[in-house]
Amino acid sequence: MRTTRTVAGIAVLTLALGACGGAGESDGGGGQAATDSAVGVTKDTVVIGTHQPLTGPAAPGYSKISAGARAVYQAINDGGGINGRKIDYRVEDDGYNPTKTVEVVKKLVLQDKVFAIVGGLGTPTHSKVVDYLNTEGVPDLLVSSGALAWDNPQKAPMTFGYQVDYTREGKVQGKYIKDHFAGKKIGYFTQNDDVGRDTQAGLDQFVKDQAVVRQGYDSANTDVTPQLSALKAAGAEVVVCACIPAFTALAILAAAKIGYHPQFVVSSIGADPATLAGLLQDFAKRGGASVSSGQLLAGLIGTGYLPDVAQTSDPWVAYFKGIHDKYIAKEPFTNTVLFGMVQAYTFGQALKAAGPDPTRQKVVDAMSSGVLKGPGLTPFGFSKDSHAGYTGAYVFKINPDTTTTVIQPPAVTDRGTGAITPYAGERATPEQVNLLSK
Amino acid sequence: MSVRTELPETRVDTPEKRRALPPLLVHALAALGALAVIVALTLVTDEFTNLRIATIGYYLIAVAGLTLLTGLTGQVSLGHGAFMFIGAYTVALLVRRVPSFPLWADLLLASAAGGLAGLLAGAAAARLRGPYLAGATLALAVGLPALTRRFPDLLGGSNGLSFTVHSRPAAVVGVVPELRWQTWIVWLSVLVALVLVVNIVRGRLGRDFRAVRDDEVAAALGGIAVGRTKILAFLVSAVCGGLAGGLQAFLLGTAAPGSFTPALSLSLLAAVVLGGLGSLWGALWGAVALVYFQAWSEDLADVLHLNTDVANNLPLAVYGVILIVVVLAFPRGIQGGFQWLRGLLRRSAEQKEIHENH
Repeated sequence: MRTTRTVAGIAVLTLALGACGGAGESDGGGGQAATDSAVGVTKDTVVIGTHQPLTGPAAPGYSKISAGARAVYQAINDGGGINGRKIDYRVEDDGYNPTKTVEVVKKLVLQDKVFAIVGGLGTPTHSKVVDYLNTEGVPDLLVSSGALAWDNPQKAPMTFGYQVDYTREGKVQGKYIKDHFAGKKIGYFTQNDDVGRDTQAGLDQFVKDQAVVRQGYDSANTDVTPQLSALKAAGAEVVVCACIPAFTALAILAAAKIGYHPQFVVSSIGADPATLAGLLQDFAKRGGASVSSGQLLAGLIGTGYLPDVAQTSDPWVAYFKGIHDKYIAKEPFTNTVLFGMVQAYTFGQALKAAGPDPTRQKVVDAMSSGVLKGPGLTPFGFSKDSHAGYTGAYVFKINPDTTTTVIQPPAVTDRGTGAITPYAGERATPEQVNLLSK
Repeated sequence: MSVRTELPETRVDTPEKRRALPPLLVHALAALGALAVIVALTLVTDEFTNLRIATIGYYLIAVAGLTLLTGLTGQVSLGHGAFMFIGAYTVALLVRRVPSFPLWADLLLASAAGGLAGLLAGAAAARLRGPYLAGATLALAVGLPALTRRFPDLLGGSNGLSFTVHSRPAAVVGVVPELRWQTWIVWLSVLVALVLVVNIVRGRLGRDFRAVRDDEVAAALGGIAVGRTKILAFLVSAVCGGLAGGLQAFLLGTAAPGSFTPALSLSLLAAVVLGGLGSLWGALWGAVALVYFQAWSEDLADVLHLNTDVANNLPLAVYGVILIVVVLAFPRGIQGGFQWLRGLLRRSAEQKEIHENH
C-alpha cells in the first residue's frame, strides 16, 4: 500500500517535472497577437465590453456609470450608429473582485468576441487584465481609474487612461491647499492602493511639511471611525480624502459622529455632490439616523475635470442632459452618470476617427493621434508617447443646496514634478464635434 | 437448502475480487477516466467554457476539503477562503520571485503552506466547538487578507499581485490554446489530490473522522485521539484549500485581497451544504452550482431586461432561493436528491417486478 502510494507519487512528479519549465519563465508562445484585426466588427455592429462593479463595495455610486454610457450608445445607435455601425455594449459585473474581473474580461474577449474593452473600472481590478488584453491585442480604452499604470505606451500599447491621474490631481489639490490653507495642519485619508499612493506623491510636492497624519482605508472594511478618530487626535484641520464615493460618505458621517469638523478636500473620484447626497441619506438611514446631506456637504472642496451637472449653462451638460432625459430619465442626472456618458461619447469619437473600416490598430492610432477633443474642461494627454487621459483639474466648493461653485479655474500639469499652469485652451462644442452626423 | 449452500460462496468471492485491486489503484483509475472525460469536454467546448470547467476544478477541491472537515468531522469552518488566500499568494510570490521553479513545485508548496496554516488553525480549533469554532475561523477569513496591507511591498497592498504563469511546454505551444492547457493542469492536480482525499475518507482515518463527528466521547472511549484527529482533518482540508488557491492564482494570474473576502468562505460552505453535506460527490455538485448558477442567473437577468438594480442582485438572490429550496426539499443536498431519486427508481422497478411476478 505504502509502496504503491510512493510509486504513484513519484510517477506524478516525474510527469509534471518533464512537462513544465519554470512557471515564471516565458514559454515562448502567445505574446504576439495581430493587432490589426477587426474582431467584433461586422458591417452593421461593433461589439464592445466593459467590467463594472454593479454589486459589491464599489457599487454604491459607480454602478450608474454604465447606465450613462448605455444611454449615449443608444443615442448613437438611434442616430444611425458610427459609420453605419451600431454599438453593442456588453456590461459584465465583477463586484470589484479582481478574480471576477479576470473571468469576465476573458468571457468578453473569448465568448463575446469584443472589439475593445472600454472604461473597465477600478485599479485593483483592471490592473489584473492589462497584460492579458495587451497580449491578445485587444484595445483597452479609457480605463475608469486614475492610476498612472495605464499611461505606459511601451509596455501596454493598447491601454489608454481616461480620467485625470491621481498624481496630477494630487498636485492640483496640494497647490490649492498650500495657497489657501497655509500653516494649517493637514491629514491624509486615502485608499490603500494606487489611489492613495499616487495621490500622496502629488500632494507631497506641495504640503509635505503641513501633513501631520496619514490614514488609509481598505474598501472591504466600512468602519472608518478609527481612522477619523486618529485624524481628529492629530489635530488635522484639513483632511484630503482620496476616496471612492462610498468612503467619502462614510468619512463624513464618521467625522460628524465624533464631532469632528475639518475642511474636507476630496478627489474627483469621490466628490460628486449628487452621488454623495444619496449615499449619505442611505448610510445614515441604515444606521437609524436621518441627516441633512446639504448641511454635511456644504463647504466641501473637490476637484474635477468634467463640467458639473448643475452647470446647466455648459453646452456639454445641456447636450448630455438631453440624452439623459430621453433615455434614462428615471436615473438621477449625477456627475457619475455624466462620467459614463462622456466616456462613451469619447469612444464614439475614436471609433469615428478610425474611419469607415475600423480595425483594432486603427482605433488605437485614432486614440493616440491627439484629435480627440471634447466634453472635459482640461485636454486629454493622448499622443504617441503618452496614454494619459485628462491632464488637469479645476477646484470647486459644494454649496448648501449641493450645487457647486468653481473656486479655481482648470489648470494642467504633468505626472512628474512639472509646474501647474492655468489652462485656457478652446473647448470644442457638441455642434463642432458633431458625432451623430452621418 | 440449496440457497444456503450458494450464499457462502458469493461471500468469499467478493472480498477476493476487491483485494485484487487496491483501493488506491481503483481511485487512480477512476481519476484517469475522469481526466479523460474532462479533456474530451474541453476539446468540444470553446475556450471560455474551458475556463469555467477549470474554475469548477479548483472550487471542487476547495469544497471537497471543506466537506471532509465539516461533513465528515463535524467541524464548521467559516474561514476556508483564508487557506485559498495563502495558496494563491504562495504561487504568486514563487512565480514572481523564483521564476525558475516549475509549476508543480509551486503548487506543492502552495498546498504545503495551506497545510501549515491549517495545522496551526487546527491546533487552536481542536479546543473549540460549535459557534466558537465558527467565529475563530471567520476571524481568519477576515483578518488574513489584511496582511497584504501590512506588507504592501511584498504582497502588493490592496491591489494584490498580478503575474503571468507559463505552463505550456514548448511542444504544445501553438497546438493547444493556453486556457485549454491550463484547464488540463488544473484538473490533473485536482484529481491527484482527490484520489488522496478519497483514500483518506475511505480509510481508517476517515472512520476516525466520522466517529469523532458522531460522538466525541464514544470516539475517545474507542481509543481515538480526538484532538489529533480533528487537527488532521483541518490539515487535510487546508491542504486542499491551499491547492485550490494556488490553482486559482495559476489560472487567473492574480492574487488580490479583494478576491478572498469572507463572502468567498461563506459561499464555499454554502456549496458544501448545497451539494450534500458529507458526500464528496456533493462537493462536485456544489462546485458546479457555484460556477453555473451565477452564470445562468446573469443570463436570466439579461433575457428578462430587468431594472438594473434588480438585475445586478438577481444572481445572489437566485443562489439564496435555490439554497433554501434545496435544503428544505433535500436536507442532504443535491447528492441527497440524486440518492432519493435513485431509491425511487429502484423501488418502482422492484414494484414493477413484484407486479409482473404476480
